[in-house]
Amino acid sequence: MVEQRRFRVFRGTRQQGELKEYQVAAGEGMVVLDAVHAIQAEQAPDLAVRWNCKAGKCGSCSAEINGKPRLMCMTRISDYQAGETITVTPMKAFPVIKDLVTDVSWNYEVNKRIPAFQPRAPDAPDGTWRMYQYEVERPQEFRKCIECFLCQDVCHVLRAHGKHAEFMGPAFLVRAAVYEMHPLDEADRRSYLREAGGIGYCNITKCCTEVCPESITITDNAIIPLKERVVDANYDPIAALWRKLTG
Amino acid sequence: MAAADLRTHDYDVVVIGAGGAGLRAAIEASAQKAKVALVCKSLLGKAHTVMAEGGAAAALGNVMGEDNWRVHFRDTMRGGKMHNNWRMAQIHAQEAPDRVTELEAWGALFDRTPDGRINQRPFGGHTYSRLAHVGDRTGLEMIRVLQDRAVHAGLDVHMECTIVRLFVVGGRVAGALGYFRETGRFVLFRAGAVVLATGGIGKAWQITSNSWEYTGDGHALAYAAGAELIDMEFVQFHPTGMVWPPGVRGILVTEGVRGEGGVLKNAKGERFMFRYMPEMFKGDFAETEAEADAWVKGDRKKNRRPPELLTRDVVAKAIVREIAEGRGTEHGGVLLDIASKQSPDYIKQKLPSMYHQFKELAHVDITKDAMEIGPTTHYVMGGVKVDAETQESTVSGLFAVGEVGGGMHGANRLGGNSLSDLLVFGRRAGLHAAAKRGAPPSIPDADVEATMREALQPFERDGENPFAVQSALQAVMQRHASIIRDKSGLETALTELEKLKGRARNVGITGSREYNPGWHTAIDLRSLLVVSEATARAALERTESRGAHTRSDYPDSDERQAREQIVIKKEGERMVVRREAQPPLPADLIKLIKEGA
Repeated sequence: MVEQRRFRVFRGTRQQGELKEYQVAAGEGMVVLDAVHAIQAEQAPDLAVRWNCKAGKCGSCSAEINGKPRLMCMTRISDYQAGETITVTPMKAFPVIKDLVTDVSWNYEVNKRIPAFQPRAPDAPDGTWRMYQYEVERPQEFRKCIECFLCQDVCHVLRAHGKHAEFMGPAFLVRAAVYEMHPLDEADRRSYLREAGGIGYCNITKCCTEVCPESITITDNAIIPLKERVVDANYDPIAALWRKLTG
Repeated sequence: MAAADLRTHDYDVVVIGAGGAGLRAAIEASAQKAKVALVCKSLLGKAHTVMAEGGAAAALGNVMGEDNWRVHFRDTMRGGKMHNNWRMAQIHAQEAPDRVTELEAWGALFDRTPDGRINQRPFGGHTYSRLAHVGDRTGLEMIRVLQDRAVHAGLDVHMECTIVRLFVVGGRVAGALGYFRETGRFVLFRAGAVVLATGGIGKAWQITSNSWEYTGDGHALAYAAGAELIDMEFVQFHPTGMVWPPGVRGILVTEGVRGEGGVLKNAKGERFMFRYMPEMFKGDFAETEAEADAWVKGDRKKNRRPPELLTRDVVAKAIVREIAEGRGTEHGGVLLDIASKQSPDYIKQKLPSMYHQFKELAHVDITKDAMEIGPTTHYVMGGVKVDAETQESTVSGLFAVGEVGGGMHGANRLGGNSLSDLLVFGRRAGLHAAAKRGAPPSIPDADVEATMREALQPFERDGENPFAVQSALQAVMQRHASIIRDKSGLETALTELEKLKGRARNVGITGSREYNPGWHTAIDLRSLLVVSEATARAALERTESRGAHTRSDYPDSDERQAREQIVIKKEGERMVVRREAQPPLPADLIKLIKEGA
């Protein structure tokens, strides 16, 4: 069962570019990344695209499909109406390098600045800790993050207002939440989150949660609790200490 | 042309590859105060480790207190069909618990036992529940923990940089030349110690769980630099890859499905693994469905493991046989069923990414229906010959670790032993590479110039599309050097590869040097050809079946070849193959393997 599908793919650089049209023979179960690969192998060997696992686990093939931030490897062609043109463009919140590849290096710089994990002293004489499943489940949700940066791409603070210098973005609020809610961690990231991290810029529109391919409840489970901690820290240090002690 | 766009860096240690092994090596070398570069072919954190699902094997004994390094060592040797480098298998089993515990100190969040320790799951070939895990995304957890540790370790990360040549001057490593994908510009790393951590070769086959990066770069770089490769005939075909729809063929289905109770059935609904018990493992596994089911339900003292948890080589061959004898599904696979063994909630908790993967990509709900699966190229046991203690190759200053290193896993790797291998030997490679620091010999400019010129040649030709040559190579290897091999097929493969070498020399590229996948593929082809030829030559030389290497014309194992290694080395322009006896096992370890721990 093969049908001809029409794709429009952004070709170009940061300075200039255009949408180019390609026809692809789409077989059963094909995803958008397969179509991009078919174009690359047969029609345009210099078409630039990032990918690795092709199974939604590495977060490399992020792009915008008909304007929506998505992983190309997890988007089935059959999800679009027969006859509908599928348009693939690079993420908008980051500078284009070439075609579908964007410069995401800023994200790595942001991550580097988050204060590192700092565990409490081991619980047992053999240097190990005791943590319970119910305690680890909360940060484990944030650990599902595959660093696809789709939440950064959709976030209007970055996408529309370009506040990259002031705001770390939802992906790294999630990263900070891993450690902030880690049962063993003793570092205090609240002033970092408030100042350099710019957590106040988030006005909880939840767009990030909607695009997350890992279904992480970014706003409700990561950002809002972090905002509360930051507010509490400024309001009442004793309550904040209590909160830190009791998790 | 070239000199103007060449950047040069000086380091004590250059680590090539940023999966678990490379990250662990770089962290250790940094801890030894070496100036370290970590070079990744993709973005940081995207390496293949991210896809490892099941867990890291370490005899922590948290779930079954009887476990210890001796049992782990014995399982590893038996799983490797006694072909492993025994010293590596021993070091691995002894050090894995510390390496896993250390990850917890760095922030890893493994699943827990009821008393708050690291939980461990059963896996193929492991006597006891041994895999520290995080649902079915253990590799993602591991790479993130190591990544965050590394970025705070003060080392330099060079992303999307492909290394095309190592320089060896006067028998010592002197550095490496690569190009950045973004700009297409070259970079020269000068260093007295280079650690290869480039992963495997799975992109040489059509049906594979491996990504575009897995073109055997480290194997080919080491080979070109004069190092020896061993065990290249041993390529692991994982029993369970997706088979339908066609676009997803080969994507991995974790062994964790079987670890959590999933069973294999043919199209007639028969649970066939009971019929494929190898002599070596008789008595270790359940003999009836009732016994296997009782074990899955948790009664592990009185019952033995299900036969689905036999080693990967055994399970993959059983599946191939079922399909060949006409009991496969319509898409050429068999069925993996966990829906009838565990509750939907349990499946979603323990195997969330499998649930998601099948739902999104195949429209199958694994809590209700069986998965259609078949073997997929997964891992190469063979690699650069290294010293067991230091991971140094036969070239001074050149180290190899993880999948690109050879010897640890013998003829077949146990699931879960890869993640622990990365940690144990990653640390050792980093330690010893840092100790090797010192001013490297100087690299002749002419060698650098020639390497750059050669890399750019495809731009000057109006030649064949490199993607066409790559796909022809994959077809040759899939057809003639896959799970079941024979003399005439392997000879055909070698003839075909010879023709492909000619085609590869004539590929042409359009467009600019900036982020040009056609060019990247043209360069990767050179590595693919080396590892494909090495695999075919070694497979032809080993006239027996052992572990992952199966010859239809030599179906039995030959004990005289058990400890013989096929060694491959470059001499002039020729690939030379020879046999070498491995050092014998010490008596106490032989006794341990024979009599149990």
